[in-house]
Amino acid sequence: MEDVRISLTVNGHPHTHDVEPRLLLVEYLREILGLTGTKVACDTSSCGSCTVHVDGESVKSCTMLAVQADGSEVTTIEGLAPDGGLHPVQAAFREHHGLQCGFCTAGMVMATVSLLDEIPEPTERDVRLGLEGNLCRCTGYHNIVQAVLAAAGANP
Amino acid sequence: MIPAPFEYVRAESAEGALAALGEHGDEAKLLAGGMSLLPLMKLRLATPTVLVDVGRLRDLSYIRDAGDHVAIGALTRHRDLEVSELLAAECAPLRAVAAEVGDNQVRHRGTLGGSVAHGDPASDLPAALLALDATFAIRGPAGEHEIPAADFFHGFLETALAPDELVTEIRVPKLPGARFSYQKFNRRAQDWAIVGALAVRNGDARVALVNMGGTPLRAQGVEEALAAGSTVADAAERAAEGTEAPADLNATPEFREHLARVLVRRALEESA
Repeated sequence: MEDVRISLTVNGHPHTHDVEPRLLLVEYLREILGLTGTKVACDTSSCGSCTVHVDGESVKSCTMLAVQADGSEVTTIEGLAPDGGLHPVQAAFREHHGLQCGFCTAGMVMATVSLLDEIPEPTERDVRLGLEGNLCRCTGYHNIVQAVLAAAGANP
Repeated sequence: MIPAPFEYVRAESAEGALAALGEHGDEAKLLAGGMSLLPLMKLRLATPTVLVDVGRLRDLSYIRDAGDHVAIGALTRHRDLEVSELLAAECAPLRAVAAEVGDNQVRHRGTLGGSVAHGDPASDLPAALLALDATFAIRGPAGEHEIPAADFFHGFLETALAPDELVTEIRVPKLPGARFSYQKFNRRAQDWAIVGALAVRNGDARVALVNMGGTPLRAQGVEEALAAGSTVADAAERAAEGTEAPADLNATPEFREHLARVLVRRALEESA
């Protein structure tokens, strides 16, 4: 099958590659661009570990083809904050211990940033519903929710 | 998991998509958001040899007031339905059901037309469109025609859509002020419904069932009972009539029939 040329912006940097049409966006990010902060866990669109932003909105990059992202602006966990710094959501996850093993964390943080963009002042219920597409198998949800509320400026 | 190889064609217009379908026959599949098709392709349950990507047809993404109905472009995403003020005013049940599909990430990609064309009886929106008496505008080589939702779903993942046709618009009659309730039973928040029940009350009562057969279904026994003056409790007892509930890891048919009766009762009580 013929490769397809894609041009997209990832974390502010333009990239052009010829890719197999069946290449998943997450494989493009991890294996071609070397951005391994985005994790693959369930690989079935269930767990949210592979969440990145495409044109500012959270998507599951294991269930999107790289060719579908042609022309888009993609942001991964590596591109969230300036070099050496932490995005306020990352800082809140650290402050409130919103992670245990850490495998779901990149996806949780990316889903949270998109959620707070849509609902800037969420209730606890908004947060729990808004993160329903992200699973933490350490079951550390309590502190994750506290971290999201803190990042939103609420008093958790 | 990696899909089997396929040729990728990006459609720049509805006409271009139809031409590509005409050229490649039933080896081709249309790709919209991909939220249903790509998981099947990753599991290799679907192995189309040509994917025609209609995901960029932004002129098919809209929610418009069309007089007696709301006209929704096939490429409109669940997220767009979920936040639509026009739907909130004129067809609130559809907006509420759209907000129950998958999770935020899925709703950012999945489209209404994609969900309709996929025809999954376990999906929320086809059943909602059945309850709302929606019609679908279909474009094919012979031009455009319209099919009522009641005639569209033929069997598991089978619809009235021919391999060379494209759903372009979903037309939903206005129901301002209708009372409704959608009851979705599942194990994990973002899963398909093990069973779902939507009740819409607008003078009459309409009840649709998710995942109770090969297609989305109307609970005709329940609707008849209510029209004849039955109590909600008595009417809900008829929720499993005429269904063919599937068996899978989540539930036996008997459990699904029980769920249908309970969820229909709850939906009718909440929408009373």
